[in-house]
Amino acid sequence: MNIHEHQAKEVLRRYGVAVPQGRACFTVDEAVAAAEALGFPCVVKAQIHAGGRGKAGGVKVVKDAAAARQAAQGMLGTTLVTHQTGPQGRVVRRLYVEQGCQIARELYLGMLVDRGVGRVLVMASTEGGVEIEEVAARTPEKILRETVDPAVGLAGYQARRLAFGLGLGAKEQLGRTVAFLTALYKAFLECDAAMIEINPLVVTTSGEVIALDAKVSFDDNALFRHPDLRELRDPTEEDPRETEAAKFDLSYIALDGNIGCMVNGAGLAMSTMDSTKYAGGSPANFLDVGGGANTEKVKAAFRILLSDEAVKAIFINIFGGILRCDVLADGVVQAAREVGLKVPLIVRMEGTNVEQGKKILAESGLDILSATDMKDGAQKAVAAAGRAA
Amino acid sequence: MSVLVDRNTRVLTQGITGATGQLHTRLCREYGSQMVAGVTPGRGGTDFEGIPIFDTVEQAVRATGANASVIYVPPAGAADAVLEAADAGIPLVVCITEGVPVLDMVKVKRALDGTATRLIGPNCPGVITPGQCKIGIMPGYIHTPGGVGVVSRSGTLTYEAVFQLSNLGIGQSTCIGIGGDPIIGTGFIEALRLFQDDAGTDAVIMIGEIGGSAEEDAAAFIEAHVTKPVVGFIAGQTAPPGRRMGHAGAIISGGKGTAKEKIAAMQAAGVTMSPTPAELGVTMRDVLRKAGKLQ
Repeated sequence: MNIHEHQAKEVLRRYGVAVPQGRACFTVDEAVAAAEALGFPCVVKAQIHAGGRGKAGGVKVVKDAAAARQAAQGMLGTTLVTHQTGPQGRVVRRLYVEQGCQIARELYLGMLVDRGVGRVLVMASTEGGVEIEEVAARTPEKILRETVDPAVGLAGYQARRLAFGLGLGAKEQLGRTVAFLTALYKAFLECDAAMIEINPLVVTTSGEVIALDAKVSFDDNALFRHPDLRELRDPTEEDPRETEAAKFDLSYIALDGNIGCMVNGAGLAMSTMDSTKYAGGSPANFLDVGGGANTEKVKAAFRILLSDEAVKAIFINIFGGILRCDVLADGVVQAAREVGLKVPLIVRMEGTNVEQGKKILAESGLDILSATDMKDGAQKAVAAAGRAA
Repeated sequence: MSVLVDRNTRVLTQGITGATGQLHTRLCREYGSQMVAGVTPGRGGTDFEGIPIFDTVEQAVRATGANASVIYVPPAGAADAVLEAADAGIPLVVCITEGVPVLDMVKVKRALDGTATRLIGPNCPGVITPGQCKIGIMPGYIHTPGGVGVVSRSGTLTYEAVFQLSNLGIGQSTCIGIGGDPIIGTGFIEALRLFQDDAGTDAVIMIGEIGGSAEEDAAAFIEAHVTKPVVGFIAGQTAPPGRRMGHAGAIISGGKGTAKEKIAAMQAAGVTMSPTPAELGVTMRDVLRKAGKLQ
């Protein structure tokens, strides 16, 4: 789960991570009031779940109230297009007004779980303000890494090694940097973060070490033990169909094609998308109904697929293991009757109780095209979508 | 011959009184697995359809000689269940539970270092040696005893592969679902090593997906250490970057973990790649024929 910059900084501040003072604002008047309270110069920042805001005009330094008003008016309600949002962009619904600071140096700091070794990895670089992937590709030697032993935590010597590597070894700065890193690691652990990125981490002209930007995401699987963090979810940043799917414990991701896919199992669902693409079509979504799906879940999935107006055909690809084909067929028939089937439906079923499943579909009177295998199903779906478009 | 489990494996179910634990303990027993004990704290002294239930894993092991454990405990308690099984000295622990927090797995992995316990999963279908022992949630009837080892990050894709093999008259030695999470107990390399060393395995199907670099690492291992033919498939060739595709581990991040890189690495290591999962069976048939292992 991703959160906004202002929320990330609020969370980090609680753990003692140094961040500038700021206020989240939802109207222009609020933003102007916040700027006046914080003092000038300050910074007005658009809050969306995507990076690259600065270059897209979503971050403005303002010197007085009039400029603050103008900046806030220019951002709120507009669509911000950055290299991370895709061409459709994101609507700016909230702002963060933050105290300005005198920047001496911009650095990079990141924490994530390294899958290969199964431990938390701390990454730092003197190349702040640049994407870490770019640094990794061009000058990999500039990335400092420390892998944390979970039984020990981020050790003092590791934090010092990073500080020295970043050129923050001078007396007072060393202590501040170690304190910053220690607090950040504690936040990572206690919040079950999936990733924390401080880019840039800045050193001010007065020598302070502060998080000027903060990107935090949490491990979805751990949200059950963080009801307070779960409250930070911003549904306006998510596709409404994805939010709806989550309620039914369905794994759904909206894509930009026109063939709705309904599959059981993540690997099979990805392969179904792949097969659709090979057949010359384009999937409208990823949808995994899961291994233990029941009629209710299948119905919910069907409704979500049909609520996407771009969908011109639906391809159901099921390998019945625990999810029996007859249960799936029952759900499809009920959903199609309730919601009304407006597009061609292609079904490929295999596995447990497949004959009963096929019988239910055949006797339903619904217009269903059955496919012999995944490839055949994908081709039929692409052809049907082509005719409907 | 087989790896990990056979007809002598004595299985203990952790979380036997939950709906999932009950269903699959029953199905595994019907398949022929020796389901010797169950554990649910507070329910010790009772039984599930004749299978004795204990309060702790230690008691269950002492009383029944269980040497494998399968975990259906909900996510909040799954890591603890793995640790309890390892503490009781169980050599094989299969964690089916989906949704275990990643940082819990960081601790578990560290705690299992240096112990004799091998963990499979979490978020996996389990392990089956056809005709002998099924531990997990895979449909038993699609499997046939034989000489192809299967190792996979995806449940249903494994079923697809197995179903095709069985329909072509090609049996399986053991099928291992290693799980779709970012941090798992046993990876491709350990599974490949087991199959390479198993006299009953003639060839291996390896099914990977986007995210991480386990497939690339496995490719390097195959090149250096695996002499048996390997057929491969990678799911997620059209997955958009930055999105988790159902499995917590299936995500292309920072431009890394793409299907393209994985396919290239596996091909370079001599793995025969199946273009779609629908062709895994016939691809393996052709590879076995070429190797003189099949008429």
